[in-house]
Amino acid sequence: MAIRDRLSGNEAVAVAMRQINPDVVAAFPITPSTEVPQYFSSFVADGKVDTEFVPVESEHSAMSACIGAQAAGARTVTATSANGLALMWEMLYIAASLRLPVMLAVVNRALSGPINIHNDHSDSMGARDSGWIQIYGETNQEAYDNLIQAIRIGEHPDVMLPVMSCYDGFITSHAVENIDLIEDDKVKEFVGEYKPQYHLNDRFNPVSMGALDLQNHYFEHKRQQAEAMRNAKKVILEVAEEFYKLTGRKYGLFEEYKMEDAEIAVVVINSTAGTAKYVVDRLREKGVKAGLVKIRVYRPFPVEEIVAALSKCKAVAVMDKADSFNAAGGPLFTDVTSALYGRADGIKVINYIYGLGGRDVKTDDIEAIYNTLLDIVKTGEVKSVYNYIGVRE
Amino acid sequence: MSKVKVERKKVITSETTWKETTPGGIIIDPGNAEDFLTGDWRSMRPVWNQEKCKQCLLCFPVCPDSSIIVDEDGKMLGIDYDHCKGCGVCAEVCPFKSIDYVEEE
Repeated sequence: MAIRDRLSGNEAVAVAMRQINPDVVAAFPITPSTEVPQYFSSFVADGKVDTEFVPVESEHSAMSACIGAQAAGARTVTATSANGLALMWEMLYIAASLRLPVMLAVVNRALSGPINIHNDHSDSMGARDSGWIQIYGETNQEAYDNLIQAIRIGEHPDVMLPVMSCYDGFITSHAVENIDLIEDDKVKEFVGEYKPQYHLNDRFNPVSMGALDLQNHYFEHKRQQAEAMRNAKKVILEVAEEFYKLTGRKYGLFEEYKMEDAEIAVVVINSTAGTAKYVVDRLREKGVKAGLVKIRVYRPFPVEEIVAALSKCKAVAVMDKADSFNAAGGPLFTDVTSALYGRADGIKVINYIYGLGGRDVKTDDIEAIYNTLLDIVKTGEVKSVYNYIGVRE
Repeated sequence: MSKVKVERKKVITSETTWKETTPGGIIIDPGNAEDFLTGDWRSMRPVWNQEKCKQCLLCFPVCPDSSIIVDEDGKMLGIDYDHCKGCGVCAEVCPFKSIDYVEEE
């Protein structure tokens, strides 16, 4: 039987970490992720985990320590937000290219500047091409479930990549919700033991990691890394299936909400999906065929599946909680449109940048987006592709 | 020369494909620097004069490339030109000037 509880997103993730009982946690506090290592360090102090907790002096050191520990064969978890993630930047690429499945809870927060502690996705979106798997969660339940699944995904021999499990700062991290927790022993059984093929503590099979890799070999290692990311899609679905059998909670690459007959749809990531579902319900009551796609797995990007989900739509709006400053569109928008190109041409796709720096996104805002899509379907005309909603014009 | 060739778990060459190479460039064969012949980096060459050598072996510990060949009885036998990069430390340290340091031809 599942354990009913009410926890904030950060508490839920810290509980997941306690149940995973990693060998090493190296972390540095930064709002709004601070509570994750804070709660976890109390589990360490209370002897509830066997973890070596390393209170480092910066996020660069946090990720470096995680890399060193994981290379030594330890299962390693950390957490950060915004500028903390930015300070890890150099090391993110090292973790991915050394094929070390470090787990990182990213509590999404606007990247400075101007300095701001509230939620948007500019931190993790910037790391989208660092070679990390990125999984996003709408609710506390999803943040909890995703971290537990992430362990299995990253450590799979066909993958061996680090994983970011992302959820919205404050909205998800600090709000308390009802949650179904899995029993400790079941989580322990689900995540199993970390058994890397190669690690630095194996005295019978000594290895070196991080050697100089020049023109003759670097390209092959990058190609191999790209293949691991492709393999991840299948593994994510296999792990989700096993997780479903354990908990009854279904996860895919993304969630389709009322998409079966949808003519217009919004594509969105994280907590805003909850607000958007409410709007979809209201529109459905009026007979509008509105749907929603909530991205769960952003890296690897589920190209074919997204195309299949959107192919029957006439108009789609992609909502980005981060701008790309490329004068072309947000990161999710450019990924969705390049997925559709040549596979499902003719669908009108527009982009909205929203909620930067924690700006509230209201049901009225989302309804206005659906109304714009209805106009596009009616007139066949797109007035503006790259738009902003909720900013003072 | 006298060095024993070690069996390698995986021989990685410039023909190795991305499917065959080790994950993330991990080196699974320890001590495999020996497989990489660095002798052609050399622009200066140490030349050992056996008749002047007193077998003091001061050259042996200073060589950064383990290229002073010594037999089981601890006798200097010569220089491993497959790996010697020609740094000249051996010639510098020799108290009997038994190692000449000359330009590569």
